Amino acid sequence: MATRIDVSGLTAYYGKFRAVSDIHFSIEPKSVTAFIGPSGCGKSTVLRTLNRMHEVLPAARVEGRVLLDGEDLYGPGVDPVNVRRAVGMVFQRPNPFPTMSIYDNVVAGLKLNGTRKKSLLDERAEESLRGANLWEEVKDRLGRPGAGLSGGQQQRLCIARAIAVEPQVLLMDEPCSALDPISTLAIEDLITKLKSSYTIVIVTHNMQQAARVSDTTAFFTLDRTGDPGRLVEMDRTEKIFSNPTEKRTEEYITGRFG
Amino acid sequence: MSTSTAAMAAAPGGLHLVGRRLPRAVFPAIGAGAVAATVVLYVLAPITSRIQFVLIAGALYLIGQTVASIAVEGSRRATDRGVTTLVYLAFLLAVIPLVAVLASVISKGAQRVDVNFLTHSMRNIGARDAGGGIYHALIGTLEQIALASLLAVPFSLLVAIYLVEYGRGRISRTISFFVDVLTGLPSVIAGLFILAFYILALEQKPTGFAGALALTILMIPVVVRSAEEMLKLVPNDLREASYALGVSRWRTIVKVVLPTALPGIVTGVMLAVARVAGETAPLLLTIFGTDSINFNPFSGPQSALPLYIYSQAGQPQQVAIDRAWGAALTLIVLVMLLNAAARLIARLARVR
Ligand SMILES: Nc1ncnc2c1ncn2[C@@H]1O[C@H](COP(=O)(O)OP(=O)(O)O)[C@@H](O)[C@H]1O
Ligand SMILES: [Mg+2]
Repeated sequence: MATRIDVSGLTAYYGKFRAVSDIHFSIEPKSVTAFIGPSGCGKSTVLRTLNRMHEVLPAARVEGRVLLDGEDLYGPGVDPVNVRRAVGMVFQRPNPFPTMSIYDNVVAGLKLNGTRKKSLLDERAEESLRGANLWEEVKDRLGRPGAGLSGGQQQRLCIARAIAVEPQVLLMDEPCSALDPISTLAIEDLITKLKSSYTIVIVTHNMQQAARVSDTTAFFTLDRTGDPGRLVEMDRTEKIFSNPTEKRTEEYITGRFG
Repeated sequence: MSTSTAAMAAAPGGLHLVGRRLPRAVFPAIGAGAVAATVVLYVLAPITSRIQFVLIAGALYLIGQTVASIAVEGSRRATDRGVTTLVYLAFLLAVIPLVAVLASVISKGAQRVDVNFLTHSMRNIGARDAGGGIYHALIGTLEQIALASLLAVPFSLLVAIYLVEYGRGRISRTISFFVDVLTGLPSVIAGLFILAFYILALEQKPTGFAGALALTILMIPVVVRSAEEMLKLVPNDLREASYALGVSRWRTIVKVVLPTALPGIVTGVMLAVARVAGETAPLLLTIFGTDSINFNPFSGPQSALPLYIYSQAGQPQQVAIDRAWGAALTLIVLVMLLNAAARLIARLARVR
């Protein structure tokens, strides 16, 4: 089920501003890839081009190719709505739908896309909540509002919501940056578990986290503010953290810049 | 933490973290002093009006409080107290007209409102007769408001959705401009417009529906503007969360954005209803009014509460004026009931 991603010649703009320039990389199926790099280097931008969320913003556009199992996401006639069903996303700040119960939040993707069958929805809700390690905590209050959970629980609820539509790829943009250390650990455990079924790409500012959860790490940077961000190197995580090829990478992970 | 706080408070040299405060009991004393001083002024000087008494006592209280506060607490706290007092005074001034209107409508209207008044029309009742009621006007108002809402609310919501979710550039700015113009439209012009273009040009008869059309024109800008503000308040995070689940834009708007904004939108709709429920001028030109019950808003003239108030209050007999007060009270209660009902519905739609 999981899918490989091949990115080539990717350049993303916000209006006239070129945020990232000429990015090339490949991501293996059922692996965890971490994006690291200083703030503003375009990690979120690149992540959002992988499920066509970049173009949701007015005047934002993308050049280049993103192949999902060989199929170009930016090819002619591709419907971004279908792309996003295959490539799910978890955001930096937990954002459960405030008008919906926990249950409705989890099955929102299915319900809003027309699945009506109660038995199927029930089954998928439990499966996804178990998958997000949240079932035991919420099974007695599925009808309560999702916004009433703690931050860490809300984020796991958002992960459950994302996996309930059974995507091939899961993108996470700093999913732990608003969470306490215990919730962060819970999410990291979850990522390791989800790896067996999904291709995962995670943006993180926390280098220990990148080292703990990812198989591959990509280091982005930008030369000066106002310049577009670029990919410096991407390699196995052990290699990036022990013996990176580029000097910039080493400086960044040893804390000498960024 | 607590030990270090205690140590700081006890520290010699004094950081002056604790300022001197006026004791609470001082303020009633200042108030009593201000009133006493005003009474003295009354005895000495030829002041007669009660409003002057209140204003002078208020000003004296403000001065006394400021002097005491500067002396004990310093000028920053004195300013704080002075402004706080002014805010309370302004609040009282703003509430007085509201309370006064409600009180006079209730006191003059309550004795007239009873079951008979609510369930009988003015058919065969002369201006001098004591009987009669507002049933026909109540029916008319309810039907006209319902029709106007039915027309205005969906249309205005669609306009607001377009402006917030889709509108970019010139078209959206133009629509926005016309909505603003419509907001300032005098209500009689809406009535004239329907009279000229619906009743005269299209050769229609004056009906409840024609009145509803005029009310629709008045409701649209209020609903559009308030719905627009409410939709703008919905965080973009929620839209993105929905898109990221592979939900289309339109479904996101209908199933995520609108429910989130619903309580605010309901409030806006109720404001618009309250506004048009009391409109007289546009109805005068479009429904014409009648003394009999007409359930059908699509044929024949109808009455309406504001129109009824207008015609009854314009007559010299006390019985007619009493009927006008009774109808005024009914109209206020009706708007409040509609408001409460709408809020209840919006609340029931929420998850708990
Ligand atoms: N919505 C936006 N509009 C305009 N510029 C943006 C927007 N979002 C991000 N940018 C710019 O794009 C660059 C990359 O941002 P981002 O991808 O968010 O970086 P990162 O996630 O690595 O911190 C930054 O210079 C940022 O200012
Ligand atoms: Mg970012």
